[in-house]
Amino acid sequence: MVQETNKDDKSTIIVHSGDMDKIYSALIVSNGALSMGMEASLFFTFWGLQRLQKGGLDKGPLSKMHFLGLGKWMIKSRMKKANVASLERLFKDFKELGGKVIACEMTMEIMGISKEDLNQDLIDEYGAVGTYVQEARNSKITLFI
Amino acid sequence: MADVKINVKGETCPVPLVEMRKAIRKASEGEIIEVEGTHPASKKEIPMAVEALGSEIVDIQETDGVWKIKIRK
Repeated sequence: MVQETNKDDKSTIIVHSGDMDKIYSALIVSNGALSMGMEASLFFTFWGLQRLQKGGLDKGPLSKMHFLGLGKWMIKSRMKKANVASLERLFKDFKELGGKVIACEMTMEIMGISKEDLNQDLIDEYGAVGTYVQEARNSKITLFI
Repeated sequence: MADVKINVKGETCPVPLVEMRKAIRKASEGEIIEVEGTHPASKKEIPMAVEALGSEIVDIQETDGVWKIKIRK
């Protein structure tokens, strides 16, 4: 049996990519972990951090076959047909189940992103590599997406 | 009779698992939660999650591709 308070039962994911399909992967894995009694953290950096900009969550391109947006449009219509949840809903579930969001401060500096540009209500913490390592060292699942 | 009923028919990964988790969080100890859905993998995965969460599977049934899982928190 998994103790809900067991710090070792945790998933920590670096969200480096801002591609739509990879944001899906990160949120689905994290929501699965939370649903199965683990804790979950998402560390948004580089292109991933752009998805935390206001109105930016589903603005990412497709990682393959984007074709100037045509591929993304096609995949989105197929996802709708298959009744796949929106990124917005997955993010809302992630937060409701206690998921933690960390925004990379160095990326903010490099890309000239201020806190005001970001969806601050989604972000629990601002940090750097030390924050990630502190999360990851106690995690059974760590992924770089 | 279930105390809480969750309908995830037609929903796909990871929604059935997430909705089950939300329902268990909100339920009181001993309450019965019934989850009804159609996503095949979730029929297998919800019991795995329930065990990991320390709750108990009371019953699993399936008719015409619609499964019902009863959970006691």
